[in-house]
Amino acid sequence: MDFGGINPVILLASLMVASTPILLAALGEMVTEKSGVLNLGVEGMMIFGAVCGFIAAVETGSPTLGFVAAALGGMALSMLFAVLTQIFLTTQVPAGLALTLMGLGLASLLGQNYVGIKPPSLPDLHVPLLQDIPILGPILFQHDAVVYLSLLSVVAIWAFLKFTRAGLVLRAVGENHAAAHALGYKVKLVRFAAIGFGGAMAGLGGAYISLVRVPQWTDGITAGIGWIALAIVVFASWRAGRVLIGAYLFGGITVLQLNLQAAGAKVPVELLSMSPFLATILVLVVISARRHGASNAPAMLGRIFHSS
Amino acid sequence: MITFVKRPEPSKVWTIATPILAVVLTMILGGLLFAAMGKDPVAAIRTIFWDPLFNEQFAAYSRPQLLVKAGPLILIAIGLSLGFKAGIWNIGAEGQYIIGAITGASVGLALYPLDAWWIFPLMVIAGALGGFLWAMIPALLKTKFNTNEILVSLMLVYVAEQILASAALGFLRNPEGNGFPGSRNLSQIPAMSNPELITGTGAHWGVVAAFASVVAAYVLINKHMLGFQIRLTGESPRAARFAGVKDKLLVVFCLGAAGALAGLAGLFEVTGPAGQISIDFGAGYGFTAIIVAFLGRLNPIGILLAGLLLALTFIGGELAQFMLGLPSAAIQVFQGMLLMILLAMDILVNYRVMLVKKEAS
Repeated sequence: MDFGGINPVILLASLMVASTPILLAALGEMVTEKSGVLNLGVEGMMIFGAVCGFIAAVETGSPTLGFVAAALGGMALSMLFAVLTQIFLTTQVPAGLALTLMGLGLASLLGQNYVGIKPPSLPDLHVPLLQDIPILGPILFQHDAVVYLSLLSVVAIWAFLKFTRAGLVLRAVGENHAAAHALGYKVKLVRFAAIGFGGAMAGLGGAYISLVRVPQWTDGITAGIGWIALAIVVFASWRAGRVLIGAYLFGGITVLQLNLQAAGAKVPVELLSMSPFLATILVLVVISARRHGASNAPAMLGRIFHSS
Repeated sequence: MITFVKRPEPSKVWTIATPILAVVLTMILGGLLFAAMGKDPVAAIRTIFWDPLFNEQFAAYSRPQLLVKAGPLILIAIGLSLGFKAGIWNIGAEGQYIIGAITGASVGLALYPLDAWWIFPLMVIAGALGGFLWAMIPALLKTKFNTNEILVSLMLVYVAEQILASAALGFLRNPEGNGFPGSRNLSQIPAMSNPELITGTGAHWGVVAAFASVVAAYVLINKHMLGFQIRLTGESPRAARFAGVKDKLLVVFCLGAAGALAGLAGLFEVTGPAGQISIDFGAGYGFTAIIVAFLGRLNPIGILLAGLLLALTFIGGELAQFMLGLPSAAIQVFQGMLLMILLAMDILVNYRVMLVKKEAS
């Protein structure tokens, strides 16, 4: 099967690879936002995770350790944001921007000696039997562990928020922090944890770009994916299942446009390159136009909590 | 234990003192960062903050650069500050800057090789209009559909960068450039150039515009009804609505003004210091201007000073790169650190720090 030099099976398989970083980062940000905190620093945490993961993987030779380091790195950077917004009561929008600027700077500083090095590759985890199914096998069941991990975390986060006590507390803090505080829940502690989780997931997403997707280190490697992840959380109306749909939609657009570029389609390269961003804007408009007034956003999103 | 008690209104003393304290603290922490990288911290800080202005060897070159770099930063930050004051977050100034440069340059180059006095003013108008229209995209989406302006304005930066690439490689490419990317050099075409007005100062028309924008913003914020409405909306959106503030109009005005000023900055840059439309034209002024706006406390005079200071870190950073081998990314970290420390210190402005004995609760 071939459509204008594009093989649909390879296309769909690479769609899953391209979507994974967006999915991981968006899931993390969704949990952060569910606790009532808007962290605009996703792009910064992603690229910091990307560089931490890359360095750790190159130095130890183990991609697994790379991903661990990326999660820790993303989490460490997110703690700067947590301290600013939760202890110093800073407005969340500029604090998130500051985090992005900081992450971009730190990543470029740490990564300068790693340009042009090839990282150890992450082995594919072929699922026995299932991988032999024609067409579906190569698309779904011949990926690396992180792809499966990202899909599992969709289910895990959904279940966590819906069925567990801790998930309920997290949502309560995001919907009404004063009431949650009055009930004796530690609002700031919950938010610290949610921000840290968001940072770790963004870090993992970043490392997936630098270790698997590209795989190389270059400055500005995340190229706006962190911002798209933020938009996907809005698109998904703060629901884990819809984050999956959103991430795969945008992964799909990214892969398709790259394939069209490679296949030499008669569309300007620049137009193809900007298409994921144009699509994001379009989706944001559709989502915001459709709902009238009441949105599904956590009620305390972006609000400062200060108990006196 | 330490507790924070909300002040009835922001402290005037701390409003002025915190940016200064933040700069000092950033110098100390930045020095530690440079020391961790194996550079002499004192020498690094001196190279960044002192040598560009007072070193006998370099100052002659770098002093004029101060205004060249501060001009666009101030121009963009003034525009951003209006929106930030009202809680309208335009973070896509980089895109508006790029589009302003492209539209301005396009108008000029369409008239090439005509030589007339009105070409440059026409380009200035086209640049401002380009930035304005680019900012109207998030503004109208916000007012019509309530779409988040933060994300839209930011996404449009990436779109603008692609248009820039397409301009440099395609529709604005110099036909006599032997196939190299980049437009004709506008700074070498008399009818289109934005020259240094007073030799040795670095002041070009963009710097003049920056100073004019500082004065205009000062008058607007302090003496004009619109400025009052902007401040009121930022402090209490509900009260503003009751007071009859048209919030949609305010969104259009704040984003439009920021876009037009960023577009102007782009036009003055492409006709002057940068000289041409090239792929790497977007140098990050639009993002650094966010730091400038906050460091200047969203106050026009503060922004003027903050713009000069951030310009100094750019020039000093280049000098430190050349003299001490300090990587350029270190300056980026330094600037990010400055914004973070400044934001952290905001607590002193809005809250009173109190030591109370831990009560048995």
